[in-house]
Amino acid sequence: MSSSSYELGRDVRPSDLTFYYLLKGLAWGLVLLLLAMVGVIFALSWEALSHFGPGFFFDPSWDSWREQFGALTFIYGTLVTSLIALILAVPVSLAVALFLNELAPSWLARPLGFFVEMLAAIPSIVYGLWGLFVLAPFLRDHVQPPLGQYLGFLPLFQGPPMGVGMLAAGVILAIMIIPTIASISREVFRSVPATLREAALGLGATRWEMLRLAVLKASVSGIVGAVVLGLGRALGETMAVTMVIGNRPQIDWSLFESGQTMASILANQYAEADSSLHLSALTAVGFTLFVVSLAINSLARWIIWRMQRVN
Amino acid sequence: MRTLPSAILVAIFAFSQLACLGQGPSDVAHARSSRPLLINGAGASFPFPLYSKWFSEYRQVDPSVRINYQSIGSGGGIRQFLAGTTDFGATDAPMTDEEMQQASGSVLHVPTALGAVVLTYNLPDLAAAEEGAEPGALRLTGPLIAQIFMGEVQSWNDSRLAELNPHLRLPDRPIITVHRSDGSGTTAVFTDYLAQVSSEWRERVGFGKAVRFPRGLGGKGNEGVTGLVRQSPGSIGYVEFNYALMNRMAVAGVMTNEDTTVHPSVESITRAADSFVSQIPADFRMSIVNPRDPEAYPIAAFTYFILNGSMEQEKGSKLMAFVDWAMGPGQESASQLGYAPLPPTLVERVLSSARSIELL
Repeated sequence: MSSSSYELGRDVRPSDLTFYYLLKGLAWGLVLLLLAMVGVIFALSWEALSHFGPGFFFDPSWDSWREQFGALTFIYGTLVTSLIALILAVPVSLAVALFLNELAPSWLARPLGFFVEMLAAIPSIVYGLWGLFVLAPFLRDHVQPPLGQYLGFLPLFQGPPMGVGMLAAGVILAIMIIPTIASISREVFRSVPATLREAALGLGATRWEMLRLAVLKASVSGIVGAVVLGLGRALGETMAVTMVIGNRPQIDWSLFESGQTMASILANQYAEADSSLHLSALTAVGFTLFVVSLAINSLARWIIWRMQRVN
Repeated sequence: MRTLPSAILVAIFAFSQLACLGQGPSDVAHARSSRPLLINGAGASFPFPLYSKWFSEYRQVDPSVRINYQSIGSGGGIRQFLAGTTDFGATDAPMTDEEMQQASGSVLHVPTALGAVVLTYNLPDLAAAEEGAEPGALRLTGPLIAQIFMGEVQSWNDSRLAELNPHLRLPDRPIITVHRSDGSGTTAVFTDYLAQVSSEWRERVGFGKAVRFPRGLGGKGNEGVTGLVRQSPGSIGYVEFNYALMNRMAVAGVMTNEDTTVHPSVESITRAADSFVSQIPADFRMSIVNPRDPEAYPIAAFTYFILNGSMEQEKGSKLMAFVDWAMGPGQESASQLGYAPLPPTLVERVLSSARSIELL
């Protein structure tokens, strides 16, 4: 009748005990639910995984007419769009969080912080429609032409500007994960003791040096955590990405080209997949998405753990 | 103390069972009172505007029955039907022999209306060849459509396009093709047609609800394709006729021979079924793309209800009455929505086929 985290005393009231088991049951229930989901997804994927073998993860073809399926283009699409999103969102989010916490007067910080967090409340289909009708034409007319003109020597920015594509998907994702990263970073910065800041300023540090040495340096592991949560949202985002990514599976260096992510192929094809191999291959893509998310999360945990140990 | 967790589990289990009962099968709800009989169907999204109009109109015709329809897609419709969770299914592409074997009993295909796939384009700088005249509709041939979607014709001022369109001055713009990225009956009809008119398409791309398009952008659903076409100058995509009609989109005509251009219309789509009428098999499972009649619109298809060959007395008779109605007054509302009515000779055959449902 004991547990490592909660020692039940000798004269326990029945109501306490009920409460204890209720909470314990719910906590374990969640774990079981997760395991059950993984089990079902894996079982449904088995037909495709056993048919194509490990080559499934390295095969770039996806052709339901010839019944040849591989997940590589979708893994590529998911990783590249999420990477674009992080590159754009992390600096902006950190700047927003630093400004709101350390620099802005409180009459400005409150409403501004509220609006940043409001971004998280917008449904993803609205982001998708906005992306399709506003962002994509804007990218096509005002961003992609100069990128192609000045940075066109890089394979990343070649080809005709079409608006929709990997770049548009990355930008939409960046906007969607900014509130997550910014608000968690704010909490992290807030938890830095005021004495650290005062000590830095007292030693003659400028404001920027104080932020760099006292605030940012002390918050690195927290920031990594915030970025991972943002990344988690980017990896799994479906609707908004589906509307702007161009939805043609291919691996192309150019960010102007269309692509397809693991989540968007599921949204696109699950409803109308007829053959059982096609269905199973789609579930296997879902399983891959789960594994990739898990791997990235574990990597981040490991980074945080390492940093905390070094400190 | 040991039994407490299991008691909670039992309680949770019992509660979930109760919750299930609450939303139990429609028959239970029906037996309790004089509430209308619920008939559940699910399937194709292609005829959804028509079906939702039909089912709401039919409530006035027979208030004792209410038909629920969920447009979850043809593939899902067939799966739900085979699993027995719905009373009827609906699909654009008829079930394959393999799928029909999975059914517990016999399966009936009932064509309800005709739909068509049309090509819509966005060419803001399109001008008439003659100064001051209104530019007419773009003309294409089947093989040319295949070449465009395979990327062999890449510019709007390509000589192959100019040859067909002497009435237009085509701009020097790259062609952006837009296709459906989700599996859909629309893609199935479109690629079925292209595979029939172009052997190269058949070999390179194939046909089906979701094929691997060699180039272009993919949009999810008719609205996704429309959105991409609207915002990309120089683009061409394919959507359902009724969708193009409701949204007043520019639609290309298809040339069926050197001097006939067919524009999609209720009449030209019905003609496509008409020209096949003598060849349509008893179970109505047939593709009607690329008909011999040059006045018929060549990218058309049936859309079907799928019914069980034997049904429970009450539901079966109500559903048969609905099919009767759909083949009569229902066909008129079809043409208002851009679906073509079935040819009259076919209606007779559909009715006698639906009456063959065995009532238990």
